[in-house]
Amino acid sequence: MSTASDTTTAGARGARGAPARRVRRLSGRDKWVLGFMVGVPTLIQLVLVWIPTLLSAALSFTRWNGLSLSDIKGAGLANYQFIANDYPPFWPAVQHNVLWLVFLALVATPLGLLLAILLDQNIRGSKIYQSIFFTPVMLSLALIGVIWQLFYNRDSGLLNFLLGTAGTPQAVDWFGDSSVNIWAALLAATWRHAGYVMILYLAGLKGVDPTLREAAQIDGANAVQTFFRVIFPAMRPVNVIIIVITVIESLRAFDIVYVINRGTNGLELISALVIQNLVGEGQVIGVGSALAVILLVISLVPITFYLSRAFGKDKEA
Amino acid sequence: MSIIKPAPAAARSDHPAAVQHPGGKGRGPAKKHLGIHLFLIVMAAMWLVPLAWTIFTSLRPKADTDKYGYFSLGGSFNFDNFTEAWTRGGFAQYAWNSALITIPSVILILFFASMMAFAVSRVAWKFNVTLLIMFTAGNLLPPQVLAAPLFQMFKQLELPYSVSDSGNLLNTYISVIAVDTAFQIGFVTFVLSNYMKALSPELTEAALVDGAGIWRQYWEIILPLCRPALAAMGTLQVIFIYNDFFWPLLFIQSGDRLPLTTAVNNLQGQFLSDYNLIAAGAMITAIPALIIYLLLQRHFVAGLTLGSSKG
Repeated sequence: MSTASDTTTAGARGARGAPARRVRRLSGRDKWVLGFMVGVPTLIQLVLVWIPTLLSAALSFTRWNGLSLSDIKGAGLANYQFIANDYPPFWPAVQHNVLWLVFLALVATPLGLLLAILLDQNIRGSKIYQSIFFTPVMLSLALIGVIWQLFYNRDSGLLNFLLGTAGTPQAVDWFGDSSVNIWAALLAATWRHAGYVMILYLAGLKGVDPTLREAAQIDGANAVQTFFRVIFPAMRPVNVIIIVITVIESLRAFDIVYVINRGTNGLELISALVIQNLVGEGQVIGVGSALAVILLVISLVPITFYLSRAFGKDKEA
Repeated sequence: MSIIKPAPAAARSDHPAAVQHPGGKGRGPAKKHLGIHLFLIVMAAMWLVPLAWTIFTSLRPKADTDKYGYFSLGGSFNFDNFTEAWTRGGFAQYAWNSALITIPSVILILFFASMMAFAVSRVAWKFNVTLLIMFTAGNLLPPQVLAAPLFQMFKQLELPYSVSDSGNLLNTYISVIAVDTAFQIGFVTFVLSNYMKALSPELTEAALVDGAGIWRQYWEIILPLCRPALAAMGTLQVIFIYNDFFWPLLFIQSGDRLPLTTAVNNLQGQFLSDYNLIAAGAMITAIPALIIYLLLQRHFVAGLTLGSSKG
C-alpha cells in the first residue's frame, strides 16, 4: 500500500475524474493484478474485434485477391463506385434490408408487444402461452430456415396443402420464388422476433409502478389511453432496447437467407453480399470490405443511439 | 446506467411464470377475457404449427408418406428417422463439435468478462467508462463487418502442421472459440458490470480493511455474490454459442468439424429430398437448445431481460 495513486475503489463512481468518496491506494501487486484483469480482455477485444473492423475500412480502398499480403494494391474509391454503379445486387439488397427493418418494426415488434400486454393480464394459462411464444427464440435462425422449408415446400410443404394448391400448377414455391420468398423469410423471422420482444416487454410491464395505472384509472382514462399515455412512456428504457434490437437484428439478418439460398434470387441482403464477395470464386476482398464498411456505417447509427442512452446518464450524474 | 433495473431484483423475479401484474385486480369483465383467450389460442396454435409439423414429419417413415402423402395420417410412427439421421448424417460428430466449441467459449467468456466487469465497476480509474463503451459497442457490430480481416488474419498466421492440418488457424476450433469469446465478452461485461455496481461498496471495503488485495476482492467476495448473474449469463451464452451459425461457416472448411447449427445447413443436400430425414435432423439440432431451455428456463429468461442490450 505504498505506491501513491489516484486509483480508488468505489461503487458506481465513474471515470469522470471527480474526487471519489473513498480514496484507497493500491499496492504494486494490486496494480499488476488489475493490469492483467483489464489487459487480457481488452487485448482480445482489440485484436479480434476492433482492429479487424479498422482493417475492413482499410481493405475497402484496395484491390486484393487474398493470397499474398504484397499483392494488396491501392484502389481509391473504385470499390465504392463499383458497388453503387455496376453491382446489380447492391440496390436490391439495400431495399431488402429496409423492408426487413420495416417489417420487423411494424409487424413483428408490435405483435410481440400485443402478446406481452395480453399475457400481462391475470389470465389463466399465461405461463403456457408464454412458453409457446418463446420457444422459437431458443432456436437459431439457421435452424428456423430448415424448419420453415418443411412448412413452405412446394410439393410436400404444409402450407400448400392447407391452401389446397399442393400438386397443382398454382402451388407456390414459397422459398424458391423470388417474388415472394422475402415475405416468407420475414414471416419465419417474425416467428422468433415476436417472442423475443414479448419476453422483454413482459419484464418491462412488470417493472411499471402499479400506482401509475391506478392514478390513470382514477383520472378516468380507459385501458387504451392508460396504456399509450402512461404505461408505454413509463417503459422508456425497454422501448430503447427494443428499438435497438429491432434495427440491429435487421442489419445483422444473415443466417436464414443464407440457409434458404445463400442470399440470392430475391433474398439479397448487404450482410450476405459481404460474404459472397469474400468466399467462393473471385474473392473480391476490396468489394466485400467496402460492403462491410457500408454495413458498419449504417450500424453505427443504432449503436451510437443506444450507447448515448446507456452511458449518457453516467456522464451527467 | 439506468437502462437495466438493479440486477439482483431482476434476476430474482424474471421467471416467465412470475410475470403477473402486481396490482392484479380483474381488469374488464369476463367477456373481454374470453376474447383474449380466443386470440391467444389461435396465435399459439399458429405458433406451434411449424415445430409440430417438423415433429410429425420426422416421426413417419418415408415409405408411408410416399404412399399416403405428407398431409395424411396413414402408416406408422417411430423414431427410425432419428437413428438414421444420427448415423447417416454424422450427427454424433457434429454434436461433439458443438460441445468442443461451446463449453470452452462459455467458460472463457465468463472468466474474462467477470474480471473486466470487476475492474470497470468496482475500481474507479480513468478509462473505465471508455473501455466499457468499447466493449459494449463491439458486441453490437454485425459480424460480417469484421469477417474479411479476421479470415485473412487466421489464414496468414502460420502454424506447424502438427498443430493444425491447414497450416494456419483456419479450420480449427480455436478460431471459432476465439472469435465467439471476443464477441460475447462485450455483452457479458456490460451486464455483469451493472450487476456489480448494484452491490454495496461496503462489501469490499470491509475486506480492504482486512488487507485483501484486488484479486481476493474479486474472486472471494464479488464473484460468489454474482452467482445468479453468472448462471443467467452462462445459460444465455450456451444458447447463443450453440446457435452461432456464422463463424463456423466462415472459418471451418472440413464438413466433419462443423457444429450442429452450421451443419444443419447441409441437410438438404445430404438427405436430398427425404424430408422425413431432414425433419429428424432439424429436430436433433433443436433438442439440445430445447432441453437447456426446459431445465434452465428461469436463468435463460433472467439473462435475456437482465442484459436486454443484446443486439
